[in-house]
Amino acid sequence: MTDTLLFKGIDEPGLNTIDVYLARGGYTQLQRALKMKRGDLITELTGSGLRGRGGAGFPIGKKASFIPKGDMQKYVVCNADESEPGTFKDRELIQKNPHQLIEGLIIAAFAVDATINYIYIRGEYEQQADILDAAISEARDRGIIGENIFGSGFSVELELARGAGAYICGEETGLLDSLEGKRGNPRLKPPFPANEGLFNGPTLINNVETLSAIPSIIELGAEGYAAIGVKDSAGTKLVSISGNIERPGNYEVELGISSREIIYGLAGGPPDGRKIKCWFPGGSSTPVLTADDLDVGYDYDSIEAAGSMLGSGAIIVVDETQSVVELAYKLAKFYSHESCGKCTPCREGTRWTFHMVERIKEGTATPMDLDIMAAVQEQIIGHCLCVLGDAMAMPIGSLIAKFRDEFEAEIEANRNERERKLAAEFAAAEVEIEGISA
Amino acid sequence: MADVQRHVARFTHGSRIPGWDRAADLEKEPAVVPDAATTEVPGELRAAIEDAVRRFPVGDSAFIPALYAVQAQYGWCSPEGIEQAAAVLGRTPAALTAVATFYDMFEMEPLGRKSVYVCTNISCSLVGADQLLAALEEELGEDPDVNLRGFECLGACDIAPMASVDGVYVGPIELGEVPELANQIRQGDDPLPAKQLIRRPCADPKVAEQ
Repeated sequence: MTDTLLFKGIDEPGLNTIDVYLARGGYTQLQRALKMKRGDLITELTGSGLRGRGGAGFPIGKKASFIPKGDMQKYVVCNADESEPGTFKDRELIQKNPHQLIEGLIIAAFAVDATINYIYIRGEYEQQADILDAAISEARDRGIIGENIFGSGFSVELELARGAGAYICGEETGLLDSLEGKRGNPRLKPPFPANEGLFNGPTLINNVETLSAIPSIIELGAEGYAAIGVKDSAGTKLVSISGNIERPGNYEVELGISSREIIYGLAGGPPDGRKIKCWFPGGSSTPVLTADDLDVGYDYDSIEAAGSMLGSGAIIVVDETQSVVELAYKLAKFYSHESCGKCTPCREGTRWTFHMVERIKEGTATPMDLDIMAAVQEQIIGHCLCVLGDAMAMPIGSLIAKFRDEFEAEIEANRNERERKLAAEFAAAEVEIEGISA
Repeated sequence: MADVQRHVARFTHGSRIPGWDRAADLEKEPAVVPDAATTEVPGELRAAIEDAVRRFPVGDSAFIPALYAVQAQYGWCSPEGIEQAAAVLGRTPAALTAVATFYDMFEMEPLGRKSVYVCTNISCSLVGADQLLAALEEELGEDPDVNLRGFECLGACDIAPMASVDGVYVGPIELGEVPELANQIRQGDDPLPAKQLIRRPCADPKVAEQ
């Protein structure tokens, strides 16, 4: 890894203002893109091999090419509803370099001929929303957003919308409903947003990091960008590392780097020399990997071959002192809280999984519960409109599969503990009764 | 630990949609759009909602910014505020309430104006978020001005364990700093200025080398 693209000089003071951004050559890639033919621009995006950084990893060029041509109103929506536990990369990009995002977004909007565009930011990011809002106003004042930008004949509008605290609004169709002022319930697909998205118009939805990478693609050219990384995983990726780790934070890595290099090399491994019990490679929704998987290359295909997903690129490290039951409890609690309630397998599945993990903690579970729990996870996966349910089922399923012994031991221990307590209470009650009869 | 983990309203069947265990009042008149001519709306609230409509002109897309405006005006999405917003938007209060109840950041009951969210999700709880929440609860739990609650992932796992004080992210918070932070929250001062996320440099060593 020789260079940073997304994080290039990101700590430069004042980079969030347009003057500093322009001084270092900002918006020149937009001007270059505006001189290209739309078809060529999409070919360029496709050739770069950039895959969506929000979680699904869908190639951006392909996604853009799905947008139909014609006179209807088209939209580009930037998904800045970064809510996946463990993920905080978009936050840093928005806060420190908002104009890079705006530039990438306008290039994407030009590519698909979308004149009305939105950035949907999660409600909790109040400071980041203010920074982004100010950046949009600056760009509007300089004529970078508005009518006939840079004399290209292309007119573009961009508006910032704030969410109000709902994980499900990071799901693209949930986001669209929220943007339309509804409850953020996911929609049935197809029709996909590329055909029928926001206000029923063709809509291109991309993550902050994906759009922020576009200026680099124009700068380096498709081939130059595709040369970074490994096959089918082009470019650099921001990795958010957190949990039991010495140096948590965002790191820009070339895809294909070994996971051990990220976790131990960059982030310093777990504190006090503790061992890793398990780690989530791409946010809390991805199946866990163990210390045995540390030499897996950090790219889409290698992580998938290891049985998990690159997801949003958020590594959560869990060290040997942590309890897997507690981990499952936090996971189930989160997803049952965030399930929108539209699909039964997810609404009931997340809720009952939560209750079953609660039972383990209370000491009322039996070893058979683990089989039921695993079966419930299987019944959620693939049976809902969106993947929120799957997002709980996959990590919990993997925890049960990989740490069954620990679950069983904890069930046993909590059971014994509860029985001991009950016996003590019973004995105390008997003494009382004897006292009364005497 | 005191129960400060509040949940989104759920009904018996686990749904967020009321109706299954609450019988509809059939005697009640159907809701109507409040009369814009007779509903009194504070000037600031009206201006904020009208600005939202200008920014989001299509359909109901001004609902969420309108609800934010109501919450800024009254401290919560009060029935009175929703009625006023409905009058400006020309929709029924029920349409707005249905949206407000979905989102965690809209308060459906009067609570403290100062919101303090403590992230209790995976990354934060691995490094002591539950203890942080308990300590803050001890300090601020009784304060009627403070709306202290455990929250799902706030997207700041690099500064875990952390809290969002009226939108200002601070962390990593050590337990010893809790009394100081609680004082700052009570006084309305800048919370732990040295530990605010906004001042934190990028963790990537490549950035510092540039």
